[in-house]
Amino acid sequence: MAEDNVILRVDNLVKHFPITRGIIVQKQIGAVHAVDGISFEVKRGETLGLVGESGCGKSTTGRTVLQLYRPTSGSVVFDGVDLVKIKGEELRHMRRKMQMIFQDPYASLNPRMTVGEIVGESLVVHKIAKKNEIEERVANLLELVGLNPAFSSRYPHEFSGGQRQRIGVARALALQPALIVCDEPISALDVSIQAQVVNLLEDLQKQFNLTYLFIAHDLSMVRHISKHVAVMYLGVLVEMTDRDELYSQPLHPYTQALLSAIPIPDPVADSKRQRTILEGDVPSPVNPPSGCRFRTRCPIAEAQCAESRPEFRELRPAHFVACHLAK
Amino acid sequence: MPDLLLDVQGLETQFKTPDGVVYAVNGVSFGLNEGETLGIVGESGCGKTVTMLSVLRLIPSPPGKITAGKAFFFGQDLLQMSNEEIRHVRGAQISMVFQDPMTSLNPVLTIGLQLTESLILHLGMDKKQALVRAAELLETVGIPKAKDRLSDYPHQFSGGMRQRVMIAMALSCSPQILIADEPTTALDVTIQAQIIELVKRLRDELGMAIIWITHDLGVVAGLAQRVIVMYGGYIIEEAPVNELYSNLQHPYTIGLMGSLPRLDEEGHHRLISIDGQPPVLYEKPNQCPFVPRCKYAIERCWKENPALEMVGQNHRAACWVDTKTGSAR
Repeated sequence: MAEDNVILRVDNLVKHFPITRGIIVQKQIGAVHAVDGISFEVKRGETLGLVGESGCGKSTTGRTVLQLYRPTSGSVVFDGVDLVKIKGEELRHMRRKMQMIFQDPYASLNPRMTVGEIVGESLVVHKIAKKNEIEERVANLLELVGLNPAFSSRYPHEFSGGQRQRIGVARALALQPALIVCDEPISALDVSIQAQVVNLLEDLQKQFNLTYLFIAHDLSMVRHISKHVAVMYLGVLVEMTDRDELYSQPLHPYTQALLSAIPIPDPVADSKRQRTILEGDVPSPVNPPSGCRFRTRCPIAEAQCAESRPEFRELRPAHFVACHLAK
Repeated sequence: MPDLLLDVQGLETQFKTPDGVVYAVNGVSFGLNEGETLGIVGESGCGKTVTMLSVLRLIPSPPGKITAGKAFFFGQDLLQMSNEEIRHVRGAQISMVFQDPMTSLNPVLTIGLQLTESLILHLGMDKKQALVRAAELLETVGIPKAKDRLSDYPHQFSGGMRQRVMIAMALSCSPQILIADEPTTALDVTIQAQIIELVKRLRDELGMAIIWITHDLGVVAGLAQRVIVMYGGYIIEEAPVNELYSNLQHPYTIGLMGSLPRLDEEGHHRLISIDGQPPVLYEKPNQCPFVPRCKYAIERCWKENPALEMVGQNHRAACWVDTKTGSAR
């Protein structure tokens, strides 16, 4: 599947967090299987939506892709370079091309820095712009995300949630990256503000040919913004395909349940829908179920689901699914 | 009109803050029929929670103050009751489920103790009876091995399970009205679907009236019979659920619907965003509170605040403009 315009290829990525006991002599007594062998690729200028419920490992995936966490195993090839194998100055150089927008606009901006310092920091760190140029660059960036350039001397607390998220977007854009990992960038915002930020992200993508890895739990928003969608459950990918295909013909029982759980803002359409209500909660990633991770909540699980882990196979062209029973 | 179970008239609530008085609720009137499910929709800070907290007199005072209004429940004005009297209503006849199941349970008390508290207080049960009833309640809300779990602490339950416990607690005295304040916002979608299904079942079994506060127009569509939309401390639109979704009248409601991406949408549309942000009202506006963000605004909107008026069958909206034609009403 090697094509030139694939900008990010993640192969069999694993990230386990150790659980230790003891204060002085630490002994590992287990591991949180946050991400357990996932593979996907994203083409330049496209958006891959990564959806799943809280604790399924989607944020860990995003952070491991950017090497904010070093993976336990697997490879992350970005722009032709395997990020897992490089470190130090080499990695720092690559970081310019990949940025992140965080979920909580209240916690991800340093309250003691002005907006100008926040947005311009990466320019200073990477020595990209001279001191006297920085001010102008920051002003341009603020304008780009729809903020008044005069705000650059203000502090984050003077802004509303939506405006803060715009600051976060401006900061991510400062180094003119190729890839931006958006980690639930809108879930802390009000509905009317969410649409503003999503529209902004779409405009910027067109303007700069940006590639997004868009992490969210809101399937309807992911459907709106993504070209391809990957569904994650308890550290593994269960389904990945083109957005329209996923929403019209979901093959994995988890995707089907997830889609049917989303309320539709239309009482007539809502009452006509077939609902699959999943029972129980997501199991703990410390001790995930054997075989298929989803089998404990799956409405159609059989004996073989407990025995072997289903392969992530291409059941239809460009439609991957990890289920023994999907046809 | 048939007798209303709850009849709120002209409710006004204000908060004193260092920056000045905030007008959180400004003359809100609505009724609730027996067995009806009413959805209250709005963004954060629109006054939806404060309205319901005011009705139950749970507003911390100071800084909060209910400055005007009446709230009749079985012919009695809740806002005029003595503290002792309202205590018999709260939790017994009108009960509330709060948004965050992680913080609204006391972490150092067992679930059993927290569940039996209101049974002992309101229904005069002794401890033994109360524990038996508490186990029944947990079973009703779908918690397996209910009896054994009474001695567990909140941290031993997952988010969805905690919200079930909260619902069990709210139902313990068979209330006439259940007020649910964003009960599913902190939960995952599959768990949200479980809780909504549970509430629907309990509603059919127990026949109580429900006020469901949310920012999610999708949740309300499948649950409520009537919907109130709030903005800046005012009710700006009110209608039966089918009427509302098929015939949006107020520009804010139209904007809110437009900014939702839909699972069943065809093709790719740009989302309609509402520019600007919701107001914090430091003074009562003498213009429409939505006018700075409104696409339909005409001159009159900047000069007078529109009242809530009938615009169709049981459909009320507060707008000077007929959004269907774009001209003045």
